[in-house]
Amino acid sequence: MPTKLLLEDLRRLVGPAYVLTAPEDVVVYEQDGSFMRVMPQIVVLPASTEEVAGVVRLAAAAGVPIVPRGAGTGLAGGAVPAEGGIVLTLARMNRILEVDVANRVAVLEPGVVNLDVSKAVAPHGLFYAPDPSSQAACSIGGNVANNSGGPHTLAYGVTVNHVLGVEVVLADGSVVTLGGRVPDTPGYDLVGLFVGSEGTLGIVTKAIVRLMAAREAVGTMLAIFDDFDAATQTVTDVTAAGIIPAALEMMDDVTIRAVERGLALGFPLDAAAVLLIEVEGVREHVDEAVSRLRLLCERRGARAVRVAADEAERTVLWKGRKSAFGAMGTLAPSYYVHDGVVPRSRLPEIMRRVREIAADHGVLIANVFHAGDGNLHPNILFDFRNAGELDRVIAAGEAILRACVDAGGSLTGEHGIGLEKRAYMSWLFSPADLAAMAAIKGVFDPAGRFNPAKLFPTPPGCGEAQRAPARIPAGLWI
Amino acid sequence: MSTDVHELIRKPPEAANPRLAALGIPELDACVHCGFCLQACPTYRVTQLEPESPRGRIHLVAAASQGRIETNERFASHLYLCLMCRACETVCPSGVQYGRIAEAARELLGPPGGPVARGVLRFVLRRVLPSPRRVRVAARLLHLAQGLGVIRLASAVLPRRFREMAALLPPVPARSFPSGRAYPAVGAARGRVVLLSGCVMSVMFPEVQEATVRVLQRNGYEVVTPAGQICCGSLSAHNGETASARAMARRNIDAFLAAAPDAIIVTAAGCGATMKGYGHLLKDDEAYAGRAAQVAALTRDATEFLDGIGADPPRRTEAPLRVTYQDPCHLAHGQKVRAQPRALLSLLGADVAEMDGADRCCGSAGIYNLTHPEMSQTLLAEKMEAIRRTGAEVVVAPNPGCVLQLRYGAARHKVPVRVVHLIDLLDEAYARS
Repeated sequence: MPTKLLLEDLRRLVGPAYVLTAPEDVVVYEQDGSFMRVMPQIVVLPASTEEVAGVVRLAAAAGVPIVPRGAGTGLAGGAVPAEGGIVLTLARMNRILEVDVANRVAVLEPGVVNLDVSKAVAPHGLFYAPDPSSQAACSIGGNVANNSGGPHTLAYGVTVNHVLGVEVVLADGSVVTLGGRVPDTPGYDLVGLFVGSEGTLGIVTKAIVRLMAAREAVGTMLAIFDDFDAATQTVTDVTAAGIIPAALEMMDDVTIRAVERGLALGFPLDAAAVLLIEVEGVREHVDEAVSRLRLLCERRGARAVRVAADEAERTVLWKGRKSAFGAMGTLAPSYYVHDGVVPRSRLPEIMRRVREIAADHGVLIANVFHAGDGNLHPNILFDFRNAGELDRVIAAGEAILRACVDAGGSLTGEHGIGLEKRAYMSWLFSPADLAAMAAIKGVFDPAGRFNPAKLFPTPPGCGEAQRAPARIPAGLWI
Repeated sequence: MSTDVHELIRKPPEAANPRLAALGIPELDACVHCGFCLQACPTYRVTQLEPESPRGRIHLVAAASQGRIETNERFASHLYLCLMCRACETVCPSGVQYGRIAEAARELLGPPGGPVARGVLRFVLRRVLPSPRRVRVAARLLHLAQGLGVIRLASAVLPRRFREMAALLPPVPARSFPSGRAYPAVGAARGRVVLLSGCVMSVMFPEVQEATVRVLQRNGYEVVTPAGQICCGSLSAHNGETASARAMARRNIDAFLAAAPDAIIVTAAGCGATMKGYGHLLKDDEAYAGRAAQVAALTRDATEFLDGIGADPPRRTEAPLRVTYQDPCHLAHGQKVRAQPRALLSLLGADVAEMDGADRCCGSAGIYNLTHPEMSQTLLAEKMEAIRRTGAEVVVAPNPGCVLQLRYGAARHKVPVRVVHLIDLLDEAYARS
C-alpha cells in the first residue's frame, strides 16, 4: 500500500494530531531508556483497543512492522524500532478502568503509570506489588511486556505473578481476552506466554492485575560497609539464616557518588557499599527481624546500621535507590546496564568477578542491584565520543553476562532481552529450545510484523531466513 | 506515485552547521533519558506526546546540535509549548538543568509566534520593559483605556483570540510603585535590604510592594528601592532575547550593589529565579561575572527572607483562615523554596489544606497564557478543580503571575476564593496586631 494512503487511513483512524511523521516529532521516539536508537517513520498514538486493532490491520495491509512503546523507560532497546516502521505508543490509553476492592483486582489500560496504580488503591489499604525503580515513569504495558520486577520482587514475585488476565490485539487485528479475573483459568497459560513476550506476539490493550493488602508494619534499614565483600557476604548470610526480607538491595561507592551528586540525600560517600534492607509484616515480627538483620550486618563488620525512624526517612532511602540509574548522568553521558542473574550463593564470587572485569577492561562500573534475588545491575559508564571506549564497554558487558551464565544464572532478571542481548540467547538455550520459541512466535505473528529483530538471536520461523545479524547492527549504537 | 514507507526517512544533513553545533551545551550530557521527568511535565500530561516532554525536548535539542534535525517551525513549537516551569528539574535524578537547555535553544530560535507577534514581542522586550518610564506610560494608557471602556468596546470587534487576551487583563491600577526611595526600619535596625521594584509588580501590584516595604520595616529592616533598577530580564531570557536580558542584568547589578544591601528582596518568583541565575547569565562577561555572582548570592524571595530572619509573629485571627498554597513554579522548582512560605502561613495561624499538585503550573507562566491560551486554560481548569476540592477560602501564591491567573480562573470557573500574595496576608495580620 502506498505510504500516502497508509498515513491518510491512520490519520482518519486516530486523528491527525496522533500520527507523527515529521523528523522533529518522530526523532524523540528513536530511543528508550537504553542507548541504542533507530528513527521510526511513523509514530501512532491510539486511544482505544479498537484504534489499536485498526492500526494493526492497516500496518498488516501495508506490510509495515509495528513496535509497541509504553513510557520508553526500557533498558534493553525493546521499544527501539530496529527495522523502522510504526512505533505504536500506548501513552494515551492511561485509564484505570476499574478497582474491585472486594476481590483485590484492578483493570488497567497499558499506559497507566505503575506508581499511579498503588496511589489510586492506597486509600483502600491496597497496593500493586511489582515496583520497578522506574515506577514513577514506567507503564503497565511495558511492565507486562518485560515481566518487570523491582526491589520487592524478593517477597512478592515479578509481574507475571500479579497479572490475572490480558486483553490482546493479535496480528490479524482480532481482540482476545486471555486469563480472567480469578487466579485459575482452564486451558493453556497464555497469560504467562504474553507476559514477558516483549511485544513480539501482540499488543496488550488491557491488564487485569492482582492487588495486595498493605502490611501492618514495615522496617527499613541502611547498613553501611567499608568493605565491598563484607556486604555481599552479608547478603548470603541473610538468606542462609532463613530471613526473607521484602527487599534486599545493594549500592556500591560509585552509585552512591552518582546519587549524591544528583540528589544529595545523605548517603555516605566514603562507604564501599550499602545494603538497603526492608522487612514487612506484623509489628512484633518486623521488630524482631530488624534486630536479627542488624546483628548479621554488624557481624560482617558493618560500620553503621541506620533504621528509618518514619515514613519520611524511609522515602529518602528508597528515593536514593530508585533514582540510581537516572543519576548516572552525573558521572557520564551514557551507561550500559546489564541485568544478569546468578544463584544467590554465588553472589560474593560473581561480584568479585565483575570488579575484576571492570579493571581488566579499564571501564568504570556502578553496581546497584537486587542483591537478595542475585539480580545484578552493573552500569558500565562511558562517553560515546571517546574513541574505542564503546568497544571496551561492550566487551566488559559480554564478559559479565558470560560469567553469570557460567555460574548457572541467566541473561536477564527483569529488563528483557530486547535488542541488545538477543545475540546471547544461544548461550542459555539450545537450538531446539529456540526453535520451540520460534514456533510459538510463528503461530501468533506469522509475518513477523510485531517488534521484529527482538528477543531471538536470528529471525524466527523459516529456517532459511538467516538475514538478521546475530549481533547488534553497527548503526544502532550511538 | 508508489512511495514506499521507507522513503519517509529523511536524510539527515551532512554536517551540523556551527550555529546549531552551539546548541550542544554541556548540560545535555547529564540526561540519560530515564523518563522520570515525563509525569512531572504539565504539557506531557495533557498531550501524552513525547516531543512535548522535557526528555523529548532535550532529545530534540541534542539531535539538532548534531545536525540530525532542523530547527524549523515544528522544532520551535515544541520548545515554546514548554511552560518553563522547571518541574522536571525537581524530579531529575541527574540534576539536568533543563531551563538552561531550553533557554539556549530559544536564544537561537528568537521569540515565539508568527512574524507580527514576534515583532510586537521584540518591541516590548527590547524597548518597553528595559525602561521603567515606558512601562509606567503603558500601564497608565491601559488604565485609562479600561476606565473609558475602550478595551471592552474594542473587544467586540476584535478576533476571538484577542478578546480572550483582553479578558485576561485585570484592572490596571492608577498608581505605580516608585523606585528611588528609602524607607527607615521601625524600631531597632537589623540591616538594610534592597527591594526589586519590578516591571509588572510596580504597575500591577503597587499595593503588594507597599505591603512588602511595611512588613520589612516592621521586622527591623531599612528598605531601599534604587533608582537605576529596571526589569530583571526574566521575560526576555525566557523568550529568546538573551542579549536584552544580559543588558538589563548589568544595569540592575550596578544599581543594587551601589546600595550595599544585606539582601536583595524579590516578590516575584520568576524574577528571583532569574536574579539567582545572574551568575550563569553573565559568566562570560569578565567585567560583570564576579558582581553578577554576588547579586545572585544576595537575592532572596521575600518569603524566604522573612522566614530566614524569624519574622515577628503577628496576632492571629479568631477563627483560623482556611488557606491553600500554590507553589509558584519559579519558587518551588526554580529556587527550591517550598517550606519557607508554608512556615509563614503557620506563623499566621492559617489552616492550610494542601491541594493536589500544588507545585504544578497554573498555566500563567510569564506571557504563556497569552501565547498559548489553549494549553494555559486546560491547566487552569485542572488547577481550579484542585483548589475547589480543598474547600479553601483563600488561595495564597507569592507571585504576581499566579495571582492574576488564579483570580481570572476563580471568576471564570466560579470558585469562591480570594487569591492573594502571601505578603498581603502578613501585612494584614501586622495591621491587626
